Amino acid sequence: MMARPRKPIPGVDARDLIGDGAKLLPAPSRRLFLRGIVSVGALATLTGCDIIDGSTAENALRVVSNFNDWVQARLFNRHTLAPTYSESQVMRPFRFNAYYDEDDAPEVDGDTYRLQIGGLVDNKKPWSLPELYKLPEVSQITRLVCVEGWSAIGSWQGVRLSDFLKLIGADTRAKYVWFQCAEGYSNTIDMPTALHPQTQLTLKFDHKILPQAYGFPIRIRIPTKLGFKNPKYVTAMWVQNNDAGGYWENQGYNWFSGL
Amino acid sequence: MTIEAAAPASMAPDAAARPLVHPGWVRVTHWVNALAMLMMIGSGWQIYDASPLFDFVFSPQIALGNWLAGALLWHFAAMWLLVVNGIVYVALGLASGRFRAKLFPIRPREVLRDFVAALRGKLSHDDLSVYNAVQKLLYAGVLLAGLVIVLTGISIWKPVQFWWLTAFFGGYDTARYVHFAAMAAIVAFVFVHVVLALIVPKSLRAMIVGR
Repeated sequence: MMARPRKPIPGVDARDLIGDGAKLLPAPSRRLFLRGIVSVGALATLTGCDIIDGSTAENALRVVSNFNDWVQARLFNRHTLAPTYSESQVMRPFRFNAYYDEDDAPEVDGDTYRLQIGGLVDNKKPWSLPELYKLPEVSQITRLVCVEGWSAIGSWQGVRLSDFLKLIGADTRAKYVWFQCAEGYSNTIDMPTALHPQTQLTLKFDHKILPQAYGFPIRIRIPTKLGFKNPKYVTAMWVQNNDAGGYWENQGYNWFSGL
Repeated sequence: MTIEAAAPASMAPDAAARPLVHPGWVRVTHWVNALAMLMMIGSGWQIYDASPLFDFVFSPQIALGNWLAGALLWHFAAMWLLVVNGIVYVALGLASGRFRAKLFPIRPREVLRDFVAALRGKLSHDDLSVYNAVQKLLYAGVLLAGLVIVLTGISIWKPVQFWWLTAFFGGYDTARYVHFAAMAAIVAFVFVHVVLALIVPKSLRAMIVGR
C-alpha cells in the first residue's frame, strides 16, 4: 500500500493531505473543503496507510489484547452458564467450519485412536474410544459463536471435562490445558474455563457419534468461548503451567476469546 | 486548560472578545470521540465483512485493520478510548448541567418549525451557544445511538457473561442487527453533522478553539 503523510489527530492540518485535490476546486469551495474535510479526510488516511494496517500497528495493539485477556478472565464467572436452547432450535445439518475444505478434514481411525494425556496429571494412560464412550454422559444444546460473527445452535454430548480431569488426577491448580489436534491445530485454555460445568469433552453431535465434519473423534466444546477455542479432532491433552498458544491466537486473534 | 490559554494568541485580535461557546472539556472529548468513532466504525466494517448481515460488504479500502484479526485488535482497543472518553463526557455533561441546559426541552412543534426553517436556509446561527430544536433532537439522538451501540457491543462481545443484556436486545443474532443499525444511525448523523459544519464554518472553529 501507498505510504501517505499522516496526522494522529484528524483535521489538525488537513492541507498536507488533500492539498492537491483541493487545488482542483474553485477558491471559495476550496476553503470550505479544507475547513471541513476533518472527518472524511482522516478516515481515508487512517484506513489507507500501511503503518496502521500492517504488523507494526498489530504488535502495538496486541498489548491491549493482552490487557483484554486479563479483563475477560475477571469477567468470567464459573457459575454463569451459557444460555441453553430446545431441540427444535438445533441447526440441522450443522455448519461445517474450518480453515480448510470439508474434503480436507482429518480422517482419524477410530479403532487405533488413543487420546494422549500428559503434563501435570497422575494417570497418563492413553484413552481408547470405547473407554471414553463408557464414561457418564452429559448433554447440552448451546450456541456456537464464531469469531466472524455468525452463530449456530448445536447439540453436543460427551464427558464433562472437569469430571475427566478429576478422573485422570489432573492438578487443577495448574494454569492451562493444552489441546493438540490431528491436523496440526492446537489451543490453550485457562484452567477456570476447563473446569466450567458446561465445558465438555465432546464425543457426539445430536446424540450420534461425532461425524468427521464436526471433529471426530473428540471436540472440546466450550460454550463460554468463541468457536475457534473449541478444538476438533483432538488427539492429545496436556495440563501445564506454560501457555503453549494456539493456531489462531499466535496469528493475532485474542487469546482468551471468552463469551 | 492549555488549549484555551493558547487559542487566542493564534487567532484574530477580536477572537478573545467572542463568548466561549464550547468549554475545553467539550472540545477535547469531542475530538477524542471523533477519533475513537473513526477507529470503531472503520474496524467494525472490516469485522462485518467476515460475516455480512446484508447483501453487501464494505470495501477494504475504507475499512480498518486489513484482515479480521487486525480489525478485531483495533476494535477492542479503540473501545476503551470510546467508552472512557464517553463516560467522562456524559459525567461532565450531567454534572455541569450542560445537557439539561443545551439539549432540553425538545418540543416536537419547535423541531418541525426549525426543520422547515433550516430547509429554507432561514435558520439563524448568530449565537452558536444556543442550539435550535433540530440540533437538540440530533444531538440527544446520537447520544442515545451511542448508548445503544455500546450496550449491543457488550451483548455481542459477552453473550454468556451478560446473557441478560443480550436477551434484552432480542438475543445474539438480533443484537448484531441492532449494533449495525446504531452504527448506520451514527454514520448518518456524522454525514449531516459534517455537511452542516461546512455550511457554517464558524461552528467548526468554535469546536476547535472554543469561540
